[in-house]
Amino acid sequence: MSTQSNTARVRELIRTPFFWGIVAILALLALNVIKDPSYLALTINETNGNVVGNLVDILRASAPILMIAVGMSLVIATGGIDLSVGSVMAVSGAVSMEFLKGASNTNSVGVAMAAVGLALIVSALLGAVNGVLVAYIGLQPFISTLIMMLAGRGIAKVITSGQNTSASSDPFRWIANGYLIGLPVVFFLAIALVVVVGLIVRRSALGLMIEAIGINPKASRMAGIKPTGLLLTVYIASGVLAGVAGVMSVGTVMTVDISRTGYQLELDAILAVVIGGTSLAGGKFSFSGAVVGALLIATLDKTVLFLGVSSSATPAFKAIVIVVLCLLQSQRVRSWFIQRRRPPTTLSESKAQQPREEVPV
Amino acid sequence: MSETLPLVEMRDISIAFPGVKALDGVDFRLFQGEVHALMGENGAGKSTLIKALTGVYKIDSGAIIVSGQERQLHGTADAQNAGISTVYQEVNLVTNLTIGENVMLGHEVRGLFGINWKATHQSATEALKRLGLDTLDTHKPLSTLSIGMQQLVAISRAMVIKAKVLILDEPTSSLDANEVEGLFRVVRTLRDQGVAILFVSHFLDQIYAISDRLTILRNGKYEGEYLTKSLDRHDLISKMIGKDLDTLTSLGGNRRHTRRDAATEKPLVSLTGLGKRGAIEATDLDIHRGEVVGFAGLLGAGRTELARLLYGADRADRGTITLHDKKLDVKSPADALDAHIAFSTENRRDEGIIAELTVRENLILAVQAKRGWARPVSRKERDEIVDRYMTELNVRPSDPGLLIKNLSGGNQQKVLLGRWLATNPELLILDEPTRGIDVGAKAEIQETVAQLAEDGVSVIFISSELEEVVRLSERIIVLKDHKKIGEIVNGPDVTAQQVVDLIAAHGVDSEAAASAQHVVENETRMKDHS
Repeated sequence: MSTQSNTARVRELIRTPFFWGIVAILALLALNVIKDPSYLALTINETNGNVVGNLVDILRASAPILMIAVGMSLVIATGGIDLSVGSVMAVSGAVSMEFLKGASNTNSVGVAMAAVGLALIVSALLGAVNGVLVAYIGLQPFISTLIMMLAGRGIAKVITSGQNTSASSDPFRWIANGYLIGLPVVFFLAIALVVVVGLIVRRSALGLMIEAIGINPKASRMAGIKPTGLLLTVYIASGVLAGVAGVMSVGTVMTVDISRTGYQLELDAILAVVIGGTSLAGGKFSFSGAVVGALLIATLDKTVLFLGVSSSATPAFKAIVIVVLCLLQSQRVRSWFIQRRRPPTTLSESKAQQPREEVPV
Repeated sequence: MSETLPLVEMRDISIAFPGVKALDGVDFRLFQGEVHALMGENGAGKSTLIKALTGVYKIDSGAIIVSGQERQLHGTADAQNAGISTVYQEVNLVTNLTIGENVMLGHEVRGLFGINWKATHQSATEALKRLGLDTLDTHKPLSTLSIGMQQLVAISRAMVIKAKVLILDEPTSSLDANEVEGLFRVVRTLRDQGVAILFVSHFLDQIYAISDRLTILRNGKYEGEYLTKSLDRHDLISKMIGKDLDTLTSLGGNRRHTRRDAATEKPLVSLTGLGKRGAIEATDLDIHRGEVVGFAGLLGAGRTELARLLYGADRADRGTITLHDKKLDVKSPADALDAHIAFSTENRRDEGIIAELTVRENLILAVQAKRGWARPVSRKERDEIVDRYMTELNVRPSDPGLLIKNLSGGNQQKVLLGRWLATNPELLILDEPTRGIDVGAKAEIQETVAQLAEDGVSVIFISSELEEVVRLSERIIVLKDHKKIGEIVNGPDVTAQQVVDLIAAHGVDSEAAASAQHVVENETRMKDHS
């Protein structure tokens, strides 16, 4: 009896969309362990009590991706897409670095906070421009945010006069590199923000309405939902979260690199969302899925480095892992495997006792 | 049809979906050279049974025997190999290919250098000839044919594989009377050639005109198999819904006797010159509290268009709406909901349900939208709304956690009705609320409308079924050619025929009269013009 309910539970687990994401993370870690058995080892730095190790690095690297993946989940759920997040990261980094460079007392917490605040306000504005273009002007999200993706790098260049700007500020640096009870601050910050956004979305009716307009915009309008305000909110949220990611990303080196900061990260974010089981067609979305997706992307990036895959082969390696993952997630591919394993003669008997997987459409 | 061996026999078929037992021990027999009608309400399991026979769904238990041989049907290809061919409600053809290409698609005659087009068109002509359609030029594009003729081409395409069993799923729903006659000629021709035909339709007249035998399903269970000529309509409907027909017809039938003095009573809503270019001309209309106002007219006469202006689904470009003596500016459905006006669309699938959300979420959506996202409906409130309307409107299955797309059309309609009622409307606009749903659900919805008016809610009732409009409404607004052409105060002596006469007399257009008559005759007709 208990084994039966256990298999049912396993069956359910396998069907959760991000199950294979978790499997992929474990597989990549295993691959690293094969290369170096001490890969997973965590040591404690004796001078400051911080935990160090590859796993901690992965957590730290996943933080910016987590931020933009959460924003991207919301945008994708409405049936849209936000291609500008990488560029917004660069703008956010440029604003904060330029502000700190010009400020006098950069080591005061207040000045660092002001730098972060200013960066987030500018990011929110860029998100709002996206939102206005999509919600009020009625441009396609792909086009609106593509414009912002191209314009964003230009804006960042204007802000820094085309230079890669550096600054020093210990409190600012602490956000990206500091430790709290032995673990990286950025990771706590990222998880806290995911939880806060998650609570806001699911405790209010925001999540329901976003899903409704993503699934059927016409019917949602007829039900009295006003899409414009919702869309604007969602694009602003995506902008702000990209701004946070930008702060995290420049904070590690205290330099904004106009052409590299956040470069192509919008694609990582979209991948993280898709791996998490949210359909690009819009509708139902899952933050837990996006978290798994972001962790997988970070693990993948670190693994590529650790295995010493040559930089020219890196994109291909990443692509292979993701294709395999998508195949495993595909309902059709899975049903092929299930049919192959089961001899056809017993098909009808065994089928009778099992819960059906198909749902009438 | 003597007691020979059946060509198809389905024994004790069961299929379950999550939360629903779609078929429960159903038997079905189909003999060579007969037209067999499959009858049942929406959600009774007709489509599921057909999909089991065409290999779309796998059966959980039972056996499918074709020509005396048990078959495992995995997918439509298996069904075709067994000689079973299907024509669906929507014509699945490629309109910009030629007629011949459509008939032979996938079965083109191949020669040494690829497809031999001459021979292909010849085979197409032969296939069409077998159906008595030898006058068609196979080289003409399919788009030059009417929908009715396209349906016949679809049948001839289905017969190219020399099918022994032909399944026609709601083939007549988008055809007019002449086209239906043409279809029936073809069906009879095929039957006389020995093909076994499974026929599904909502129109009882057609069932009696074409079928030899019928099988009735109810709630996924087998009700019985009957010879069509030995079962009268009354018994057929009773067996389909499991209740006596008389109790149904008496429901909601008393509304039309109550009358009010419209001159002295202040209206709840007044439309003054409300109109929109190309949709509806300037219209005046008063609606009183607790009044059921019917909109009658042909499809496209401006019924829906007028209602949409009132709800803010479309913007009026002239005229005003006055509610409670105050001018009301509706820019969007949200504005209308704020003013306690609700609108249930005729287009349930595209503008009504949110398919991937649960019944529960669909029910509370309008209430939630009215409040805005920042003030969520509490769990307790939500459960109260869900419990109340699921019970009051008798939504089946009564599990609010199911996705709404898994419910039958009638039950989806009830959930939507609940969605609007939960917003406490003072004026409820129902556009074709009973289209395409079965007799039982229809009566329940009519009864709800009567009860609402009793409780003081004003209702605008729009329907193509004039009988229904006449039965429920206190006042009937007649529309034609995007214009309000008259108002009839209902009474015991008003009949659907009078409404038809009014439409016909206006502008003296004999063609319009004929088609108006048509609306009345096809009262149970399901139109899907999306």
